[in-house]
Amino acid sequence: MSKLISGTTGEWEVVIGLEVHAQVTSNSKLFSGAATEFGAEPNTQVSLVDAAMPGMLPVINAYCVEQAVRTGLALDAQINLYSIFDRKNYFYADLPQGYQISQYKQPVVGEGIITLDLKDGETKEVGIERLHLEQDAGKSMHDQHPTMTYVDLNRSGVALMEIVSKPDMRSSEEAGAYLKKLRTILRYIGTCDGNMEQGSMRADVNVSVRKPGGPLGTRCEIKNVNSVRFVQQAIEYEARRQIDVIEDGGKIVQETRLYDVAAGVTRSMRSKEEAHDYRYFPDPDLLPLELDPAWVDKIKAGLPELPDEKKNRLMRDFGLSVYDAGVMVSEPEIGVYFEEVAKGRDPKQASNWVTGSLFAALNAKGVSITESPVTAANLGKLIDLIADNTISGRIAKDVFEIMVETGGDPAKIVEEKGLKQITDTGFIEGIVDKIIAENPGQVAQYDGGANPKVIGWFVGQVMKQSQGKANPAQVNELLKKKLG
Amino acid sequence: MSVDTKTVARIAHLARLKVPEDRLEPLAGELNQLLAWVEQLSEVNTDNVPPLTSVVHARLPRRDDVVTDGDRQADVLANAPDAQNGFFAVPKVIE
Repeated sequence: MSKLISGTTGEWEVVIGLEVHAQVTSNSKLFSGAATEFGAEPNTQVSLVDAAMPGMLPVINAYCVEQAVRTGLALDAQINLYSIFDRKNYFYADLPQGYQISQYKQPVVGEGIITLDLKDGETKEVGIERLHLEQDAGKSMHDQHPTMTYVDLNRSGVALMEIVSKPDMRSSEEAGAYLKKLRTILRYIGTCDGNMEQGSMRADVNVSVRKPGGPLGTRCEIKNVNSVRFVQQAIEYEARRQIDVIEDGGKIVQETRLYDVAAGVTRSMRSKEEAHDYRYFPDPDLLPLELDPAWVDKIKAGLPELPDEKKNRLMRDFGLSVYDAGVMVSEPEIGVYFEEVAKGRDPKQASNWVTGSLFAALNAKGVSITESPVTAANLGKLIDLIADNTISGRIAKDVFEIMVETGGDPAKIVEEKGLKQITDTGFIEGIVDKIIAENPGQVAQYDGGANPKVIGWFVGQVMKQSQGKANPAQVNELLKKKLG
Repeated sequence: MSVDTKTVARIAHLARLKVPEDRLEPLAGELNQLLAWVEQLSEVNTDNVPPLTSVVHARLPRRDDVVTDGDRQADVLANAPDAQNGFFAVPKVIE
Protein backbone atom coordinates (compact mmCIF):
# COMPACT_ATOMS: atom_id res chain seq x y z
CA MET A 1 0.00 0.00 0.00
CA SER A 2 1.74 3.15 -1.07
CA LYS A 3 0.34 6.53 -0.29
CA LEU A 4 1.15 9.15 -2.90
CA ILE A 5 1.43 12.86 -2.18
CA SER A 6 0.26 15.29 -4.82
CA GLY A 7 2.30 18.27 -5.86
CA THR A 8 1.92 20.83 -8.63
CA THR A 9 3.73 18.52 -11.08
CA GLY A 10 1.76 15.40 -10.21
CA GLU A 11 2.07 12.58 -7.70
CA TRP A 12 5.12 11.90 -5.52
CA GLU A 13 6.18 8.85 -3.61
CA VAL A 14 8.01 9.15 -0.29
CA VAL A 15 10.76 6.63 0.47
CA ILE A 16 11.63 6.00 4.11
CA GLY A 17 14.33 4.03 5.91
CA LEU A 18 14.78 3.96 9.67
CA GLU A 19 17.82 3.54 11.90
CA VAL A 20 16.68 2.66 15.38
CA HIS A 21 18.99 2.87 18.38
CA ALA A 22 17.67 0.45 20.97
CA GLN A 23 19.26 0.31 24.40
CA VAL A 24 20.14 -3.28 25.26
CA THR A 25 18.52 -4.50 28.47
CA SER A 26 21.48 -5.49 30.65
CA ASN A 27 22.75 -4.86 34.18
CA SER A 28 26.13 -3.48 33.19
CA LYS A 29 27.61 -1.65 30.21
CA LEU A 30 28.89 -3.04 26.93
CA PHE A 31 32.57 -2.81 27.83
CA SER A 32 32.64 -2.04 31.58
CA GLY A 33 31.15 -3.20 34.88
CA ALA A 34 29.29 0.07 35.61
CA ALA A 35 25.50 -0.04 36.05
CA THR A 36 23.01 0.97 33.36
CA GLU A 37 20.00 1.90 35.48
CA PHE A 38 18.09 5.03 34.46
CA GLY A 39 17.85 8.09 36.69
CA ALA A 40 20.94 7.79 38.90
CA GLU A 41 22.88 10.81 40.25
CA PRO A 42 25.22 12.24 37.58
CA ASN A 43 28.50 10.41 36.97
CA THR A 44 27.85 7.75 39.62
CA GLN A 45 27.49 4.91 37.10
CA VAL A 46 30.78 5.51 35.38
CA SER A 47 33.86 3.33 35.43
CA LEU A 48 37.27 4.63 34.43
CA VAL A 49 36.77 2.77 31.13
CA ASP A 50 33.63 4.80 30.40
CA ALA A 51 35.46 7.99 31.35
CA ALA A 52 38.23 7.02 28.88
CA MET A 53 41.05 7.29 31.39
CA PRO A 54 44.40 6.45 29.76
CA GLY A 55 45.30 2.76 29.87
CA MET A 56 41.78 1.50 30.49
CA LEU A 57 40.77 -1.44 28.28
CA PRO A 58 37.30 -2.54 27.17
CA VAL A 59 36.11 -6.08 28.03
CA ILE A 60 32.93 -7.13 26.28
CA ASN A 61 29.76 -8.05 28.19
CA ALA A 62 28.79 -11.52 26.94
CA TYR A 63 25.12 -10.96 27.78
CA CYS A 64 24.92 -7.88 25.53
CA VAL A 65 26.19 -10.01 22.65
CA GLU A 66 23.58 -12.63 23.50
CA GLN A 67 20.86 -9.96 23.47
CA ALA A 68 21.97 -8.73 20.03
CA VAL A 69 21.98 -12.28 18.68
CA ARG A 70 18.56 -12.95 20.23
CA THR A 71 17.21 -9.82 18.53
CA GLY A 72 18.71 -10.90 15.21
CA LEU A 73 17.06 -14.31 15.52
CA ALA A 74 13.68 -12.71 16.35
CA LEU A 75 14.04 -10.62 13.17
CA ASP A 76 14.71 -13.78 11.20
CA ALA A 77 18.12 -12.36 10.37
CA GLN A 78 21.46 -13.79 9.45
CA ILE A 79 23.77 -14.14 12.47
CA ASN A 80 27.38 -13.43 11.60
CA LEU A 81 29.64 -15.79 13.51
CA TYR A 82 32.56 -13.43 12.90
CA SER A 83 32.21 -9.70 13.43
CA ILE A 84 34.51 -6.76 14.09
CA PHE A 85 34.44 -3.76 16.40
CA ASP A 86 35.56 -0.50 14.83
CA ARG A 87 36.30 2.96 16.11
CA LYS A 88 34.07 5.72 14.77
CA ASN A 89 36.05 8.90 15.35
CA TYR A 90 34.55 12.26 16.19
CA PHE A 91 34.91 14.91 18.86
CA TYR A 92 32.11 15.93 21.16
CA ALA A 93 31.99 16.94 24.82
CA ASP A 94 29.99 13.86 25.86
CA LEU A 95 32.26 11.39 24.05
CA PRO A 96 35.33 11.12 26.30
CA GLN A 97 37.17 8.56 24.15
CA GLY A 98 37.04 10.78 21.08
CA TYR A 99 35.59 7.76 19.28
CA GLN A 100 32.62 5.45 19.63
CA ILE A 101 33.22 1.71 19.58
CA SER A 102 30.81 0.47 16.94
CA GLN A 103 30.64 -2.09 14.14
CA TYR A 104 31.09 -0.92 10.57
CA LYS A 105 31.79 -3.35 7.75
CA GLN A 106 31.20 -6.58 9.63
CA PRO A 107 28.22 -6.28 11.99
CA VAL A 108 27.09 -9.11 14.27
CA VAL A 109 23.71 -9.41 12.52
CA GLY A 110 22.98 -9.19 8.79
CA GLU A 111 19.80 -9.11 6.70
CA GLY A 112 16.44 -9.93 8.24
CA ILE A 113 12.78 -9.13 7.92
CA ILE A 114 9.95 -7.56 9.88
CA THR A 115 6.24 -7.84 9.09
CA LEU A 116 4.19 -4.68 9.60
CA ASP A 117 0.57 -4.81 10.69
CA LEU A 118 -1.31 -2.15 8.76
CA LYS A 119 -4.92 -1.05 8.70
CA ASP A 120 -7.67 -3.59 7.95
CA GLY A 121 -5.46 -6.59 8.68
CA GLU A 122 -3.12 -5.78 5.79
CA THR A 123 0.53 -6.69 6.28
CA LYS A 124 3.77 -5.59 4.62
CA GLU A 125 7.29 -6.95 4.85
CA VAL A 126 10.15 -4.53 5.44
CA GLY A 127 13.74 -5.65 5.09
CA ILE A 128 16.29 -5.30 7.88
CA GLU A 129 19.68 -4.29 6.48
CA ARG A 130 21.76 -5.02 9.58
CA LEU A 131 22.00 -4.83 13.35
CA HIS A 132 25.20 -3.90 15.12
CA LEU A 133 26.38 -3.32 18.68
CA GLU A 134 27.82 0.01 19.76
CA GLN A 135 28.41 2.23 22.76
CA ASP A 136 26.10 5.03 23.72
CA ALA A 137 27.60 8.48 24.41
CA GLY A 138 27.14 10.53 27.57
CA LYS A 139 24.43 13.10 28.02
CA SER A 140 24.93 16.85 27.46
CA MET A 141 22.67 19.34 29.18
CA HIS A 142 22.72 22.79 27.64
CA ASP A 143 20.04 24.47 29.75
CA GLN A 144 21.46 24.20 33.27
CA HIS A 145 23.90 27.11 33.11
CA PRO A 146 24.05 30.29 31.01
CA THR A 147 27.52 29.70 29.56
CA MET A 148 28.34 26.08 30.35
CA THR A 149 27.21 22.66 29.13
CA TYR A 150 26.89 20.00 31.81
CA VAL A 151 27.99 16.47 30.92
CA ASP A 152 26.83 13.29 32.63
CA LEU A 153 28.64 10.09 31.59
CA ASN A 154 26.18 7.64 33.19
CA ARG A 155 24.95 6.64 29.74
CA SER A 156 28.46 6.57 28.29
CA GLY A 157 29.26 3.00 27.27
CA VAL A 158 25.76 1.60 27.65
CA ALA A 159 25.14 -1.04 24.96
CA LEU A 160 23.01 -0.02 22.00
CA MET A 161 21.74 -2.05 19.10
CA GLU A 162 21.55 -0.01 15.93
CA ILE A 163 18.88 -1.65 13.80
CA VAL A 164 18.89 -0.40 10.22
CA SER A 165 15.94 -1.01 7.89
CA LYS A 166 16.02 -1.09 4.14
CA PRO A 167 14.35 1.91 2.45
CA ASP A 168 11.15 -0.12 2.10
CA MET A 169 8.57 2.16 3.71
CA ARG A 170 6.35 4.42 1.62
CA SER A 171 4.28 6.44 4.12
CA SER A 172 4.45 7.86 7.62
CA GLU A 173 1.87 5.24 8.68
CA GLU A 174 4.20 2.46 7.59
CA ALA A 175 7.09 4.06 9.49
CA GLY A 176 4.87 4.24 12.58
CA ALA A 177 3.82 0.61 12.15
CA TYR A 178 7.49 -0.39 11.79
CA LEU A 179 8.48 1.31 15.04
CA LYS A 180 5.54 -0.17 16.92
CA LYS A 181 6.20 -3.66 15.62
CA LEU A 182 9.92 -3.47 16.32
CA ARG A 183 9.19 -2.22 19.82
CA THR A 184 6.72 -5.07 20.43
CA ILE A 185 9.25 -7.67 19.26
CA LEU A 186 12.04 -6.21 21.42
CA ARG A 187 9.72 -6.22 24.45
CA TYR A 188 8.60 -9.81 23.80
CA ILE A 189 12.15 -11.10 23.77
CA GLY A 190 13.28 -8.77 26.56
CA THR A 191 16.25 -7.26 24.73
CA CYS A 192 15.11 -3.61 25.04
CA ASP A 193 12.36 -2.09 27.17
CA GLY A 194 11.27 0.10 24.23
CA ASN A 195 10.73 3.10 26.48
CA MET A 196 10.99 6.07 24.11
CA GLU A 197 10.44 8.73 26.81
CA GLN A 198 13.52 7.55 28.71
CA GLY A 199 15.45 7.39 25.47
CA SER A 200 15.83 3.59 25.35
CA MET A 201 14.61 3.73 21.75
CA ARG A 202 15.45 6.58 19.38
CA ALA A 203 15.10 6.78 15.63
CA ASP A 204 17.03 8.43 12.81
CA VAL A 205 14.72 8.80 9.83
CA ASN A 206 15.93 8.82 6.22
CA VAL A 207 13.46 10.50 3.88
CA SER A 208 13.54 11.09 0.13
CA VAL A 209 10.90 11.66 -2.52
CA ARG A 210 10.62 10.52 -6.11
CA LYS A 211 8.16 10.21 -8.96
CA PRO A 212 6.46 6.80 -8.63
CA GLY A 213 8.69 4.16 -10.21
CA GLY A 214 11.46 6.69 -10.86
CA PRO A 215 15.04 6.63 -9.54
CA LEU A 216 15.58 7.29 -5.81
CA GLY A 217 15.85 10.93 -4.80
CA THR A 218 18.50 12.50 -2.58
CA ARG A 219 17.77 11.73 1.05
CA CYS A 220 17.87 13.78 4.21
CA GLU A 221 18.42 12.22 7.62
CA ILE A 222 16.32 13.47 10.52
CA LYS A 223 18.27 12.69 13.69
CA ASN A 224 17.18 11.43 17.09
CA VAL A 225 13.41 11.50 16.98
CA ASN A 226 12.02 10.07 20.20
CA SER A 227 8.38 9.14 19.66
CA VAL A 228 6.30 7.33 17.06
CA ARG A 229 4.10 10.37 16.65
CA PHE A 230 7.03 12.73 16.09
CA VAL A 231 8.58 10.34 13.55
CA GLN A 232 5.34 10.41 11.59
CA GLN A 233 5.00 14.19 11.83
CA ALA A 234 8.64 14.70 10.82
CA ILE A 235 8.16 12.51 7.74
CA GLU A 236 4.99 14.34 6.67
CA TYR A 237 6.74 17.69 7.00
CA GLU A 238 10.00 16.61 5.39
CA ALA A 239 8.33 14.95 2.37
CA ARG A 240 6.27 18.07 1.70
CA ARG A 241 9.35 20.31 2.10
CA GLN A 242 11.37 18.23 -0.39
CA ILE A 243 8.53 18.20 -2.94
CA ASP A 244 8.17 21.99 -2.65
CA VAL A 245 11.93 22.51 -3.08
CA ILE A 246 12.07 20.31 -6.20
CA GLU A 247 8.91 21.75 -7.74
CA ASP A 248 10.25 25.26 -7.22
CA GLY A 249 13.23 24.25 -9.34
CA GLY A 250 15.57 23.62 -6.41
CA LYS A 251 17.72 20.64 -5.48
CA ILE A 252 17.72 18.52 -2.33
CA VAL A 253 21.04 18.64 -0.54
CA GLN A 254 21.98 15.50 1.37
CA GLU A 255 22.16 16.67 4.96
CA THR A 256 21.31 15.97 8.57
CA ARG A 257 18.24 17.68 9.95
CA LEU A 258 16.55 18.02 13.32
CA TYR A 259 12.83 17.82 14.03
CA ASP A 260 11.68 20.82 16.04
CA VAL A 261 8.78 19.39 18.01
CA ALA A 262 7.35 22.73 19.14
CA ALA A 263 7.31 24.27 15.65
CA GLY A 264 6.51 21.01 13.83
CA VAL A 265 9.28 21.57 11.27
CA THR A 266 12.61 19.99 10.34
CA ARG A 267 15.70 22.20 10.33
CA SER A 268 19.13 21.79 8.81
CA MET A 269 21.85 21.12 11.37
CA ARG A 270 24.26 23.07 9.16
CA SER A 271 26.95 20.52 9.95
CA LYS A 272 30.40 21.08 8.52
CA GLU A 273 31.45 18.98 5.54
CA GLU A 274 34.04 16.90 7.36
CA ALA A 275 31.66 16.09 10.22
CA HIS A 276 30.88 12.82 8.46
CA ASP A 277 34.46 11.74 8.03
CA TYR A 278 34.50 9.19 10.85
CA ARG A 279 37.73 7.44 9.74
CA TYR A 280 36.53 4.02 10.90
CA PHE A 281 39.20 1.47 11.64
CA PRO A 282 39.21 -1.82 13.60
CA ASP A 283 39.58 -1.17 17.33
CA PRO A 284 43.01 -2.52 18.28
CA ASP A 285 41.82 -3.04 21.88
CA LEU A 286 39.28 -5.67 20.83
CA LEU A 287 39.72 -8.98 19.08
CA PRO A 288 37.15 -10.08 16.48
CA LEU A 289 33.90 -11.31 18.00
CA GLU A 290 33.61 -15.01 17.17
CA LEU A 291 30.44 -16.89 18.01
CA ASP A 292 29.98 -20.60 18.52
CA PRO A 293 27.17 -21.90 16.27
CA ALA A 294 25.94 -24.21 19.07
CA TRP A 295 25.61 -21.17 21.37
CA VAL A 296 23.56 -19.36 18.72
CA ASP A 297 21.33 -22.44 18.31
CA LYS A 298 20.77 -22.53 22.06
CA ILE A 299 19.61 -18.89 22.04
CA LYS A 300 17.34 -19.69 19.11
CA ALA A 301 15.79 -22.65 20.94
CA GLY A 302 15.15 -20.42 23.95
CA LEU A 303 13.25 -17.72 22.02
CA PRO A 304 9.77 -17.13 23.41
CA GLU A 305 6.67 -17.17 21.23
CA LEU A 306 6.96 -14.08 18.99
CA PRO A 307 4.10 -11.63 18.43
CA ASP A 308 3.28 -12.86 14.89
CA GLU A 309 3.15 -16.49 16.02
CA LYS A 310 1.05 -15.58 19.01
CA LYS A 311 -1.34 -13.52 16.88
CA ASN A 312 -1.88 -16.43 14.51
CA ARG A 313 -2.42 -18.81 17.42
CA LEU A 314 -4.99 -16.50 19.07
CA MET A 315 -6.88 -16.25 15.79
CA ARG A 316 -6.72 -20.00 15.22
CA ASP A 317 -7.36 -21.32 18.75
CA PHE A 318 -9.58 -18.61 20.17
CA GLY A 319 -11.26 -17.42 16.97
CA LEU A 320 -10.25 -13.80 17.58
CA SER A 321 -10.53 -11.29 14.74
CA VAL A 322 -7.33 -9.92 13.18
CA TYR A 323 -7.94 -6.66 14.99
CA ASP A 324 -8.57 -8.17 18.43
CA ALA A 325 -5.62 -10.55 18.09
CA GLY A 326 -3.45 -7.56 17.12
CA VAL A 327 -4.49 -5.70 20.26
CA MET A 328 -3.81 -8.75 22.45
CA VAL A 329 -0.24 -9.16 21.19
CA SER A 330 0.65 -5.46 21.11
CA GLU A 331 2.18 -5.73 24.60
CA PRO A 332 3.43 -9.02 26.01
CA GLU A 333 1.61 -8.37 29.32
CA ILE A 334 -1.76 -7.92 27.58
CA GLY A 335 -1.38 -11.30 25.88
CA VAL A 336 -0.55 -13.04 29.16
CA TYR A 337 -3.54 -11.41 30.86
CA PHE A 338 -5.93 -12.28 28.05
CA GLU A 339 -4.85 -15.90 27.87
CA GLU A 340 -5.40 -16.35 31.59
CA VAL A 341 -8.90 -14.86 31.31
CA ALA A 342 -9.79 -16.80 28.15
CA LYS A 343 -8.50 -20.19 29.26
CA GLY A 344 -11.46 -22.58 29.47
CA ARG A 345 -13.95 -19.76 28.83
CA ASP A 346 -15.73 -18.16 25.91
CA PRO A 347 -12.86 -16.32 24.17
CA LYS A 348 -15.14 -13.73 22.56
CA GLN A 349 -16.51 -12.79 26.01
CA ALA A 350 -12.98 -12.67 27.43
CA SER A 351 -11.79 -10.49 24.56
CA ASN A 352 -14.78 -8.12 24.93
CA TRP A 353 -14.19 -7.69 28.65
CA VAL A 354 -10.45 -7.07 28.20
CA THR A 355 -10.66 -4.63 25.29
CA GLY A 356 -13.87 -3.01 26.57
CA SER A 357 -14.46 -2.53 30.29
CA LEU A 358 -10.92 -3.38 31.44
CA PHE A 359 -9.09 -1.05 29.00
CA ALA A 360 -11.59 1.72 29.79
CA ALA A 361 -10.98 1.29 33.53
CA LEU A 362 -7.17 1.17 33.12
CA ASN A 363 -7.31 4.29 30.94
CA ALA A 364 -9.45 6.14 33.46
CA LYS A 365 -7.05 5.21 36.25
CA GLY A 366 -3.99 5.85 34.09
CA VAL A 367 -2.36 2.52 34.98
CA SER A 368 -0.89 -0.27 32.87
CA ILE A 369 -2.29 -3.78 32.71
CA THR A 370 0.35 -5.09 35.13
CA GLU A 371 -0.98 -2.65 37.74
CA SER A 372 -4.63 -3.54 37.06
CA PRO A 373 -6.75 -3.64 40.23
CA VAL A 374 -8.78 -6.40 38.54
CA THR A 375 -6.60 -9.48 38.24
CA ALA A 376 -6.98 -11.85 35.30
CA ALA A 377 -8.11 -14.58 37.71
CA ASN A 378 -10.86 -12.34 39.12
CA LEU A 379 -12.04 -11.21 35.69
CA GLY A 380 -12.22 -14.87 34.72
CA LYS A 381 -14.34 -15.61 37.80
CA LEU A 382 -16.68 -12.77 36.89
CA ILE A 383 -17.21 -14.28 33.44
CA ASP A 384 -17.89 -17.65 35.10
CA LEU A 385 -20.57 -16.02 37.26
CA ILE A 386 -22.33 -14.80 34.11
CA ALA A 387 -21.91 -18.15 32.37
CA ASP A 388 -23.50 -20.14 35.22
CA ASN A 389 -26.36 -17.62 35.57
CA THR A 390 -25.32 -16.44 39.03
CA ILE A 391 -25.49 -12.85 37.76
CA SER A 392 -26.77 -11.18 34.62
CA GLY A 393 -24.52 -9.35 32.19
CA ARG A 394 -25.92 -6.04 33.40
CA ILE A 395 -25.20 -6.76 37.07
CA ALA A 396 -21.73 -7.97 36.01
CA LYS A 397 -20.97 -4.41 34.85
CA ASP A 398 -21.79 -3.14 38.35
CA VAL A 399 -19.71 -5.88 39.98
CA PHE A 400 -16.82 -5.00 37.66
CA GLU A 401 -16.98 -1.33 38.74
CA ILE A 402 -16.70 -2.46 42.37
CA MET A 403 -13.79 -4.75 41.47
CA VAL A 404 -12.00 -1.79 39.86
CA GLU A 405 -12.36 0.22 43.07
CA THR A 406 -11.64 -2.52 45.62
CA GLY A 407 -9.73 -5.19 43.71
CA GLY A 408 -12.13 -7.66 45.31
CA ASP A 409 -13.19 -11.17 44.42
CA PRO A 410 -16.39 -11.04 42.29
CA ALA A 411 -18.08 -14.00 44.04
CA LYS A 412 -17.66 -12.28 47.41
CA ILE A 413 -18.94 -8.95 46.05
CA VAL A 414 -22.04 -10.66 44.62
CA GLU A 415 -22.60 -12.41 47.95
CA GLU A 416 -22.08 -9.34 50.13
CA LYS A 417 -24.13 -6.96 48.01
CA GLY A 418 -26.89 -9.51 47.46
CA LEU A 419 -26.57 -9.23 43.66
CA LYS A 420 -27.20 -12.88 42.95
CA GLN A 421 -29.48 -13.35 39.97
CA ILE A 422 -32.99 -14.55 40.67
CA THR A 423 -33.77 -17.69 38.69
CA ASP A 424 -36.65 -18.86 40.87
CA THR A 425 -39.42 -19.11 38.28
CA GLY A 426 -42.16 -18.78 40.86
CA PHE A 427 -40.72 -15.53 42.22
CA ILE A 428 -40.26 -14.01 38.76
CA GLU A 429 -43.71 -15.15 37.77
CA GLY A 430 -45.15 -13.29 40.76
CA ILE A 431 -43.61 -10.02 39.59
CA VAL A 432 -44.62 -10.63 35.98
CA ASP A 433 -48.21 -11.30 36.99
CA LYS A 434 -48.30 -8.16 39.11
CA ILE A 435 -46.96 -5.93 36.33
CA ILE A 436 -49.41 -7.37 33.81
CA ALA A 437 -52.33 -6.90 36.20
CA GLU A 438 -51.40 -3.28 36.96
CA ASN A 439 -50.94 -2.20 33.34
CA PRO A 440 -53.89 -3.17 31.18
CA GLY A 441 -53.18 -0.26 28.85
CA GLN A 442 -49.76 -1.63 27.81
CA VAL A 443 -51.20 -5.17 27.57
CA ALA A 444 -53.74 -3.87 25.08
CA GLN A 445 -50.99 -2.06 23.18
CA TYR A 446 -48.97 -5.27 22.92
CA ASP A 447 -52.08 -6.86 21.47
CA GLY A 448 -50.98 -10.47 21.76
CA GLY A 449 -47.71 -9.80 19.91
CA ALA A 450 -49.07 -7.55 17.15
CA ASN A 451 -46.89 -4.78 18.54
CA PRO A 452 -43.84 -6.78 19.73
CA LYS A 453 -41.75 -3.74 20.73
CA VAL A 454 -43.93 -3.17 23.79
CA ILE A 455 -42.47 -6.28 25.42
CA GLY A 456 -39.30 -4.29 26.07
CA TRP A 457 -41.24 -1.98 28.31
CA PHE A 458 -42.54 -4.96 30.33
CA VAL A 459 -39.03 -6.42 30.66
CA GLY A 460 -37.83 -3.07 31.94
CA GLN A 461 -40.56 -2.93 34.57
CA VAL A 462 -39.85 -6.47 35.81
CA MET A 463 -36.12 -5.78 36.00
CA LYS A 464 -36.78 -2.58 37.89
CA GLN A 465 -39.02 -4.40 40.40
CA SER A 466 -36.37 -7.08 40.92
CA GLN A 467 -33.56 -4.47 41.23
CA GLY A 468 -31.97 -5.85 38.10
CA LYS A 469 -31.57 -9.31 39.57
CA ALA A 470 -34.19 -11.29 37.64
CA ASN A 471 -32.74 -13.52 34.94
CA PRO A 472 -33.52 -11.58 31.72
CA ALA A 473 -33.99 -14.72 29.60
CA GLN A 474 -36.54 -16.13 32.01
CA VAL A 475 -38.32 -12.77 32.24
CA ASN A 476 -38.61 -12.60 28.46
CA GLU A 477 -39.86 -16.14 28.19
CA LEU A 478 -42.48 -15.72 30.93
CA LEU A 479 -43.73 -12.44 29.51
CA LYS A 480 -44.13 -13.89 26.01
CA LYS A 481 -46.06 -16.84 27.43
CA LYS A 482 -48.34 -14.74 29.64
CA LEU A 483 -49.00 -11.96 27.13
CA GLY A 484 -49.72 -14.63 24.52
CA MET B 1 49.30 6.84 -2.76
CA SER B 2 50.44 10.27 -1.64
CA VAL B 3 49.10 13.24 0.27
CA ASP B 4 49.24 16.93 -0.50
CA THR B 5 49.33 19.84 1.96
CA LYS B 6 45.57 20.25 1.72
CA THR B 7 45.03 16.67 2.92
CA VAL B 8 47.55 17.16 5.72
CA ALA B 9 45.69 20.26 6.89
CA ARG B 10 42.42 18.34 6.83
CA ILE B 11 43.77 15.35 8.77
CA ALA B 12 45.26 17.72 11.32
CA HIS B 13 41.95 19.49 11.73
CA LEU B 14 40.04 16.20 12.16
CA ALA B 15 42.52 15.17 14.87
CA ARG B 16 42.28 18.65 16.43
CA LEU B 17 46.01 19.21 15.95
CA LYS B 18 47.23 22.74 15.37
CA VAL B 19 49.72 22.64 12.51
CA PRO B 20 51.26 25.97 11.40
CA GLU B 21 51.10 26.72 7.66
CA ASP B 22 54.90 26.38 7.23
CA ARG B 23 54.88 22.87 8.72
CA LEU B 24 52.37 21.47 6.22
CA GLU B 25 54.87 20.98 3.36
CA PRO B 26 57.50 19.16 5.50
CA LEU B 27 54.78 17.02 7.15
CA ALA B 28 53.38 16.04 3.77
CA GLY B 29 56.90 14.89 2.81
CA GLU B 30 57.28 12.81 5.97
CA LEU B 31 53.85 11.23 5.59
CA ASN B 32 54.57 10.39 1.96
CA GLN B 33 57.78 8.64 2.94
CA LEU B 34 55.85 6.57 5.46
CA LEU B 35 53.20 5.74 2.89
CA ALA B 36 55.84 4.74 0.34
CA TRP B 37 57.36 2.40 2.91
CA VAL B 38 54.00 0.77 3.68
CA GLU B 39 53.28 0.61 -0.04
CA GLN B 40 55.87 -2.18 -0.33
CA LEU B 41 53.10 -4.44 0.94
CA SER B 42 51.30 -4.15 -2.39
CA GLU B 43 54.09 -6.24 -3.92
CA VAL B 44 52.48 -9.23 -2.16
CA ASN B 45 49.53 -10.86 -3.89
CA THR B 46 46.61 -10.70 -1.42
CA ASP B 47 43.84 -11.93 -3.72
CA ASN B 48 41.40 -14.05 -1.73
CA VAL B 49 43.13 -13.28 1.56
CA PRO B 50 40.71 -11.89 4.15
CA PRO B 51 41.79 -8.70 5.94
CA LEU B 52 43.70 -9.35 9.15
CA THR B 53 42.08 -7.62 12.11
CA SER B 54 44.29 -9.03 14.82
CA VAL B 55 47.59 -10.89 15.03
CA VAL B 56 46.73 -12.33 18.45
CA HIS B 57 45.55 -15.90 18.32
CA ALA B 58 43.15 -15.69 21.21
CA ARG B 59 39.41 -15.59 21.71
CA LEU B 60 37.92 -12.22 22.66
CA PRO B 61 37.67 -12.31 26.48
CA ARG B 62 34.13 -11.90 27.80
CA ARG B 63 32.73 -10.47 31.00
CA ASP B 64 29.59 -11.53 32.91
CA ASP B 65 26.69 -9.10 33.07
CA VAL B 66 27.20 -7.98 36.66
CA VAL B 67 27.78 -4.54 38.15
CA THR B 68 31.34 -4.44 39.47
CA ASP B 69 32.20 -0.76 39.09
CA GLY B 70 30.80 2.75 39.52
CA ASP B 71 29.95 4.91 42.56
CA ARG B 72 33.17 6.85 42.14
CA GLN B 73 31.99 10.27 41.06
CA ALA B 74 34.92 12.00 42.76
CA ASP B 75 37.49 9.83 40.93
CA VAL B 76 35.75 10.33 37.61
CA LEU B 77 35.66 14.11 38.00
CA ALA B 78 39.11 14.41 39.65
CA ASN B 79 40.96 15.53 36.52
CA ALA B 80 38.21 17.69 35.07
CA PRO B 81 39.21 21.36 34.66
CA ASP B 82 35.74 22.24 35.90
CA ALA B 83 32.95 20.23 37.53
CA GLN B 84 29.69 21.50 38.99
CA ASN B 85 26.95 19.64 40.86
CA GLY B 86 28.44 16.29 39.93
CA PHE B 87 28.61 17.13 36.21
CA PHE B 88 31.58 17.87 33.98
CA ALA B 89 31.20 21.54 33.12
CA VAL B 90 32.46 22.55 29.68
CA PRO B 91 32.04 25.72 27.61
CA LYS B 92 28.60 25.64 25.98
CA VAL B 93 28.73 23.44 22.87
CA ILE B 94 25.48 24.58 21.29
CA GLU B 95 24.64 27.90 19.62
